[in-house]
Amino acid sequence: MSAELLAAGAMIVALTFYALLGGADYGGGVWDLFAAGERASKQRALIADAIGPVWEANHVWLILVVVILFTGFPPAFAGIATALHIPLTLMLIGVVLRGAAFTFRTYDVQRDDAQRRWSYVFSVASIFTPILLGLTLGAIASGAIKIENGQVAGGFVRSWLAPFPLAVGCFALALFAFLAAVYLTLETNDTALQDDFRKRALAAGVVVGGLALLVFLLSGAGAPSVRAGLTRSVWAWPLHAATALCAVGAFWSLWRRAYRWARWCAAGQVALILWGWALAQFPYIVEPDITIHSAAAPHATLRLLVVALGLGALLLFPSFYYLFRIFKSK
Amino acid sequence: MNDLLAARSQMAMSLAFHIIFAAIGIAMPLLMVAAEGLYLRTREEVYLTLAKRWAKGTAILFAVGAVSGTVLSFELGLLWPQFMSYAGAIIGMPFSLEGFAFFTEAIFLGIYLYGWQKISPRAHLLAGLMVALSGVLSGVFVVIANAWMNSPAGFELLDGQPVNVDPIAAMLNPMALSQTLHMTIAAYAATGFAVAGIHAFQLRRDRANLFHRRALAIALVIGGAAALMQPLSGDLSARAVARLQPVKLAALEAHFKTEARAPLSIGGIPDEERGETLYAIKIPGGLSLLAFHDIDARVRGLEEFPRDEWPNTFIVHAAFQLMVGMGTLMACIALWGAISWWRTRRLPEGRWFLRAVVVAAPMGMLAIEAGWTVTEVGRQPWIIQGVMRTAAALTPMRGLVVPFVTFTLLYIFLAAMVVWLLFRQVAASPRLPPDEQRRETKMEDKSVVG
Repeated sequence: MSAELLAAGAMIVALTFYALLGGADYGGGVWDLFAAGERASKQRALIADAIGPVWEANHVWLILVVVILFTGFPPAFAGIATALHIPLTLMLIGVVLRGAAFTFRTYDVQRDDAQRRWSYVFSVASIFTPILLGLTLGAIASGAIKIENGQVAGGFVRSWLAPFPLAVGCFALALFAFLAAVYLTLETNDTALQDDFRKRALAAGVVVGGLALLVFLLSGAGAPSVRAGLTRSVWAWPLHAATALCAVGAFWSLWRRAYRWARWCAAGQVALILWGWALAQFPYIVEPDITIHSAAAPHATLRLLVVALGLGALLLFPSFYYLFRIFKSK
Repeated sequence: MNDLLAARSQMAMSLAFHIIFAAIGIAMPLLMVAAEGLYLRTREEVYLTLAKRWAKGTAILFAVGAVSGTVLSFELGLLWPQFMSYAGAIIGMPFSLEGFAFFTEAIFLGIYLYGWQKISPRAHLLAGLMVALSGVLSGVFVVIANAWMNSPAGFELLDGQPVNVDPIAAMLNPMALSQTLHMTIAAYAATGFAVAGIHAFQLRRDRANLFHRRALAIALVIGGAAALMQPLSGDLSARAVARLQPVKLAALEAHFKTEARAPLSIGGIPDEERGETLYAIKIPGGLSLLAFHDIDARVRGLEEFPRDEWPNTFIVHAAFQLMVGMGTLMACIALWGAISWWRTRRLPEGRWFLRAVVVAAPMGMLAIEAGWTVTEVGRQPWIIQGVMRTAAALTPMRGLVVPFVTFTLLYIFLAAMVVWLLFRQVAASPRLPPDEQRRETKMEDKSVVG
């Protein structure tokens, strides 16, 4: 396998981890906003405890995606950052406000009004940011970002302010909220709290299903070549079957209160959706003008990047394992 | 405001904001770990309290540093896509390595902050050491990338396009060593002095408070040692600039005419039209001596370079004077503290010394801001020295004043919130019970502190 394929694969792996871990942290913010009932403050406390030790580490996956993109595929990074300047800037404001508000809430006075204000900023930013992240990916898949002679053509708005990217944005948010609710069932031994998040997970799962259908329907006009990949490739139907199996498995195990199974199924479902998109778009990084090969950095750089990623993984995964073993084994 | 100026302003503002948190993120973990290590050795409760207090402050500052750093990694492409398209393959490597260092830092900081009750004291201390180490590495990798912009290496140019890219050679560029050394030491000096200033301020009102005495001792040892070393790394930096970026050297010294035995101008206002620096104190041969370690060396002046390749001499010269001035004062205070300790074997706590430490609290951070101004404004009009002009790297996106103003307001708000939260943390100084306080103070008289 060539170095550029390995680097591109690593980028998708990093994006998958970002969705599965960082995404769930955003989902936690969603449920902070929708905390309700007699256990509302317990729900908020559970979310804060679950996110606190890990959100900064989880966030670094996004940075890793960006650095692989600009080291391994510099023209792709330049094209995306130029064409999607506006949604990316808005997303960054969300990233800043989410992280800062969460930390400030932890260390501000424990008075209700101060806590409520920070909670509000934290949760609204947690909703806003995933929508813009999904919207960015939707625009990249849509084929509306055109590059002519190395310059972005077609303006700075039309490629992302369209039904398909917006639907992908909402889909990403729903997936993150679903993941978070599923994970949160495993963060407590209090069965009443578990049930709160079980209900939320089931509801979010239904919304995920509805939005998946909407995204698929809109992809006909909104992202035709990805749609073609998702329907006509050899791998398409096995992949859809596996995704569906995960989705059904997640529902079934949530219903049966088998939360550990639900976690693996939900994570599998989200990962397969991402990989399905990546495969459907292969070999394009940005439809239809930038491919993995056309944007690839010189061989010397890619080879070194792949080696660094491999060595980095040897350091990273044990550290992550240690982090999660300390805080996530209940 | 035109788009180029707006983009440069946004980048400058983002960096100026982030560098404070980045510097603290490099140095603060060492202070934390020092306090915790002393607790494990002496079992004095006050050190544990100190480590936990410092950890809280670090948590707030690190989070803001992490998110503002994320903004910067995107801004490289949002504002300068042509630069990234051109340079990503050459200089992306240190950023990738920084990604892993940052991962390690974030993982072990999470363990450190939330793991007090969950892992053994030794494992906890080790987690803190990992944070301290990876924090330094993160900083080093990012500064290596900046050094490359000042002294590009690791590629050849063919029709204006880079070929034969060698990312390792790019990382080992000629400025890498002097810049990373200078910045890392600066982070310890600035953070150490900022922390020492806060505790010295409290100590002036509450002389016997053991908490602040211990805190001051640790911060002064780390900050003071760094401040004393900094002139040496500054010398290394100055000579690298003299060799590799002569026009930057000429600008930061406000040196217009090429001459042997060039004088050092202290203060003064460079007048670009007349080609001379007015009202400066001139030390004959000083510049030649500092830049080349030879009093008769010939130093090239701005006159040798095309006018459109001059950076803004007023800003660069003023910023350089500020940096050196602050650094010198800090080194003097560090020396004063060291001599006082050497003579009495006690924490220097004379009224005038504490007053000086309080006044010096912001100096290190000011020096860092001024130093980055010298590096960045001094490289203009180039984004990659001699290879690509800043204007050529700009995004075609228009209306860049909007994101500039937005991020400026956002960062002002965050800065205000951080100051308020830290103020609250600092305002409540812990007190030990009077008995313990007295006993500990006596013990200190006999033992060697810090």
